[in-house]
Amino acid sequence: MTEREKILARVREALKVAAPLSGSHGAGSTTVPVATSRRLADWQGTFGTTPNAAGGTPALPSSARQWLPRVGESFEEQLALFQKNAAELKADFQLLASRDELKTALAKISAAENWKRIASHRGELTDSISGALNLPIYFTDKNYNVHELETCDAGISECDALIAQTGSVLVTNRSAGGRALSVLPPHHVVLARREQLVADLPAAFELLQQKYAANYPSMISFITGPSRTGDIERILVLGAHGPKKLTIFCL
Amino acid sequence: MTFVSQFMKQARVMVGDLRHRKIIRAALGNYEIARDQRKASFQSWESARRLAAETKWDALNHLDKYLVEFTAKIEARGTKVHWASTAAQARTIILQIVEEKKARSIIKSKAMTAEEIHLNDALEHAGLNVVENDLGEFIVQLRHEAPYHIVFPSMHLTRGEISELFQRELGSAPTNDPEELTMIARRALRKKFLTADIGITGANFAIAETGMISITENEGNARLTAALPKTMISLLGIEKILPKLSDLALFLPMLATAGTGQPLTCYNTMYGGPRQPGESDGPDEWHVVLLDNHRTELLADAEQRDALHCIRCGACLNVCPIFRNIGGHTYGTTYSGPIGSVITPHLRGLQDWKHLSNASSLCGACTEACPVKIDLHHHLLQNRRNAAAQQPTLKEQIGFKSFVQLANHPKLWAFAKKFARLTQPLQKLVKGTRLDPGYHWTQTRDLPDFAPETFKDWWRKRK
Repeated sequence: MTEREKILARVREALKVAAPLSGSHGAGSTTVPVATSRRLADWQGTFGTTPNAAGGTPALPSSARQWLPRVGESFEEQLALFQKNAAELKADFQLLASRDELKTALAKISAAENWKRIASHRGELTDSISGALNLPIYFTDKNYNVHELETCDAGISECDALIAQTGSVLVTNRSAGGRALSVLPPHHVVLARREQLVADLPAAFELLQQKYAANYPSMISFITGPSRTGDIERILVLGAHGPKKLTIFCL
Repeated sequence: MTFVSQFMKQARVMVGDLRHRKIIRAALGNYEIARDQRKASFQSWESARRLAAETKWDALNHLDKYLVEFTAKIEARGTKVHWASTAAQARTIILQIVEEKKARSIIKSKAMTAEEIHLNDALEHAGLNVVENDLGEFIVQLRHEAPYHIVFPSMHLTRGEISELFQRELGSAPTNDPEELTMIARRALRKKFLTADIGITGANFAIAETGMISITENEGNARLTAALPKTMISLLGIEKILPKLSDLALFLPMLATAGTGQPLTCYNTMYGGPRQPGESDGPDEWHVVLLDNHRTELLADAEQRDALHCIRCGACLNVCPIFRNIGGHTYGTTYSGPIGSVITPHLRGLQDWKHLSNASSLCGACTEACPVKIDLHHHLLQNRRNAAAQQPTLKEQIGFKSFVQLANHPKLWAFAKKFARLTQPLQKLVKGTRLDPGYHWTQTRDLPDFAPETFKDWWRKRK
């Protein structure tokens, strides 16, 4: 037998005895059969009110959305929430009316931080915006050298979504120029469109499924504020290993 | 020295260490405020806990099916999956990969499972250079110490101590600024990131539906570990399974809330394979090592199976009065605090580690704090019961047998009470010394005085 077979055999042997649900203090051990159903909704149908043997309260929660932090329904509410979350996370969020405005805002940061060279990837937004800086651009769409990327002052990328609930930016290595562009340079600039704003995490996962289910990118990342640590006396420091600054431009 | 005497000795020192207490209180005070705020932002934290517990219940109680699904999916994308029944097997697998690659420099992002199998020792023993790149882990590695806490490895150190450490080990200038200290580590580690041959990570979740692992972190060190080296190795316990990708919509914010009081940690990243055709970076090879190491034994204990729900958030440690007083290192285990006290006897032997289940006030704060509703304090009781049933101690056997005799013979009982009342003044003379029969209790506590007369006597007189 291979180790795989041995481990799976031990797992199957162990699962012959049903486990009580957490919180039932062992009282439910004989009343809950091992569910053959995959999900909890099915569960409810199969076992009626028995799953929580000790507590006895039925009505199993079926989706995460109804318990997670509340998000307003309108675009304005969601935008305001994203803005508030971004500010708390110490990310710079700017809503801009036009591409020209965006170019001006980006040029301002570039001048203030004295950028010499930037990194980016090919994309409809990145192509039209990054080029306007008149700086050398290092592209990460194909084989590239990490040492070169490391010397860039900023990484400019697109994204898959902005999530109002948490102030997160959803990127994949397909949408945002690989695995390292959004994390190696000291400043990560995200170029997003208004219609990319989604309400909450469940919506973000729905979007991932719709967009990629046939062939998922090998990296999917929720970026929630600039890199941080609290490992020294639990005091917040930004820029632990990833970017010290995260700027989100939204058109 | 046995594990229990080592534990007793160190615990005694730590409970009197006011400096330690001050550091831990300060560190956890802010955490508590943030955590409560985040919990309150949920529409219902309680319902979220139930959903999380039930999702994990589903995952664990169909673990065979989900493990098969997970490995089939992740292998289809070119990942090599290895199975390890024991810690030694896992170490051998990883060492073989490292040797095959002729790797010289290894970077490693935080992984408790790697601590569990003492991976760094094995790698160093083989003459390899392995550097922890989570800041807290980097600090404790420089100190040749185990992590103090499963989420905050260097929580027990002050900035002064860290500055001294960096001066000594990295030759940096002295500073008291946490930001500067962080930048010293960043610069030192950046070089390692760029030149490492192999990156080793853990995993917080393994998604069966899509064949992915999910890594939760704040610093970006795991992101870099999974992006730069040509070979990536991920080590995870078989219990990390979640059925669906969308389950993360619940687990990611709950882990952050319970773990650090954040709405979501800075980076939550899912990896579904090595670099795919057409992708510009990432490892050419990805090895996923699935570790049993006694987890199936815990799985076989249906009563305590839910201990495998643990998402290693550390919330039970943070609220535990025992942890807060004796500190993380006193446990002498990879997993400390209530969850460590529950699972260590399963992972490393009940008789050697049963004392951890006794070192509890059974206040239940851990059970209350657990985001996946592990019945922690009941499991501590079950460990006590199992330990006594498996191997009763002579002292307890004699004690209980004598008590049965006393309680079954009213005359003997009455005599014992009279005897105790009469001799109690003598006890005061030897109180807290080795001569005192109640030594273990009285060295730090007073024994209440017996009433001058028993209730029975009083009742009789009253008539």
